[in-house]
Amino acid sequence: MDSTRVIYKRPFSLGILFLILILLATMPFYVQPYLVILLSSIFMYVIITLSWTIFSGPTRYISLASAAFFGVGVYTSAILGQALPLPVVIVIGGLVSFILALFIGLLTLRLRGMYFIIFTFGISELIRHFLLWWEANFTGTVGRWVVIVDNTTVYYVMLVIFIMALLTAYLIRRSRFGLALRSIGEYEEAATHIGINATVVKTTAFAISAFFMGLAGAIMATRWTYIDPRIAFDPLFSFMPVLMAIFGGTGQLYGPIFGAAIFAYLEEILITKFPYYYMLLFGTILIIVIMFLPHGLVGLVQKWRKGGSRR
Amino acid sequence: MRILEGKKVTKHFGGLAALHYVDFDIKQGEVVGLIGPNGAGKTTLFNLISGSLPTTAGEIRYKGKKITGLKPHQICKMGVARTFQSAQLFAGLTVFENALAASLFGKKRSISVPDAEREAMELLEFVELSPVSTMLAKDLPVANQKRLEVARALATKPELLLFDEVMAGLNPTEVAQVMELIIKIRNTGVTLFLIEHVMKAIMSICDRIIVLHHGEKIEEGTPQEIAASQKVVEVYLGE
Repeated sequence: MDSTRVIYKRPFSLGILFLILILLATMPFYVQPYLVILLSSIFMYVIITLSWTIFSGPTRYISLASAAFFGVGVYTSAILGQALPLPVVIVIGGLVSFILALFIGLLTLRLRGMYFIIFTFGISELIRHFLLWWEANFTGTVGRWVVIVDNTTVYYVMLVIFIMALLTAYLIRRSRFGLALRSIGEYEEAATHIGINATVVKTTAFAISAFFMGLAGAIMATRWTYIDPRIAFDPLFSFMPVLMAIFGGTGQLYGPIFGAAIFAYLEEILITKFPYYYMLLFGTILIIVIMFLPHGLVGLVQKWRKGGSRR
Repeated sequence: MRILEGKKVTKHFGGLAALHYVDFDIKQGEVVGLIGPNGAGKTTLFNLISGSLPTTAGEIRYKGKKITGLKPHQICKMGVARTFQSAQLFAGLTVFENALAASLFGKKRSISVPDAEREAMELLEFVELSPVSTMLAKDLPVANQKRLEVARALATKPELLLFDEVMAGLNPTEVAQVMELIIKIRNTGVTLFLIEHVMKAIMSICDRIIVLHHGEKIEEGTPQEIAASQKVVEVYLGE
């Protein structure tokens, strides 16, 4: 049917996507180690932003709980890292985040708008402070050491998580589940009146998005070697995906990916070149983007394409 | 056979009794109108039936089963669909997707995507919106938005359809078209319960009319009886 084809038109062909993946997969063989490390950090942000978009993109519920799910992954890795093999640790990190998101979802997803945003932010802060208190009073430490994994392994694990998240996001967008999410984002009350169980749909999507954040946290912890609640549950991990998704635009799948990639790279450059002014420059760039590109990079590309076809 | 019945249905908003001890019943295949001045509690009654709001007291039964206390999506899956006074479409989705979502999720049993797509397309044809199926819902003119609301409600395959002022804001030509559409729907065997202010329409379509005033049912009967009722005239025109 014509109408479905219009909706699911992909921004670039499958061939190019495949080529990029091969390029990324072979990268560690011919680039400098520094670039592999940089790419791993970029992947981390891309994964968090992409999984944030799985839930918050279509439903328009702005979640600031990303730090909670990411941090839970980090902590799982710190606690279980010595006892279990790496893949198992990572999967458990994702699952713990998934379960946590189910609970948080059932608690908070009846709230809307500003209340939801603040509640999700509060939850991640609550977990951070609870862990700080717990570590100080019961384990008598502040932070933990994490088993070190070599940079190439970190890179490949990140790449695999990224591909999984991308595939999941893509399949959800195309599925009836994705349509339910978008209906909820458009008009939740009407959605419930056409038979959509909004609570179940929202909570499931929230948990799926948390799963990938947990995975990313679990592998990232191994690169940091030392973690404490302040590092693991840094509120920046809640704010960054939102900003990156806005920067990229949530209308298309490639939006949050490129948004996060460019943003993360920019951060790296600014932080090394202008360590004292980097937040200032960062904020300025963000304001400019929001003012002039309300639909993010996706909007810019679409505008440019429309202009091109008219000529 | 009664498809819907309400016993002593009551809804209080704080100290205000929006509905007070309202009894009603609707038989299968009937077209029943619900009229009354502004603030009479008509939309509130619809909200209680469809599960948007919890009832304060009393109970509503659909096909003999109690539906008070159920969630809107559960009531929808049992076969009750509704439209809204001001069209509540999925504005950023296409016309086709609006109907598709309803045919995918509205029914009790899950349906395959190709089947749902075919059904959605058929319904758009039924309400004469298939030429604009790829347009975004927000870009439709008001009359077509109302049609899309009707199509979306029908896509859930309801046996009872609640229409909340589908003719509001339409010009006389459009009203006539919607009336035609309602008759077409009635002929498919769906039971209709409709709130309407366009008297000409309600008098000609309905088998029976219920009149609400200040949250209480003050009259019930055939269109002729309602038109002749002293009480109804008083409510609308003052004593």
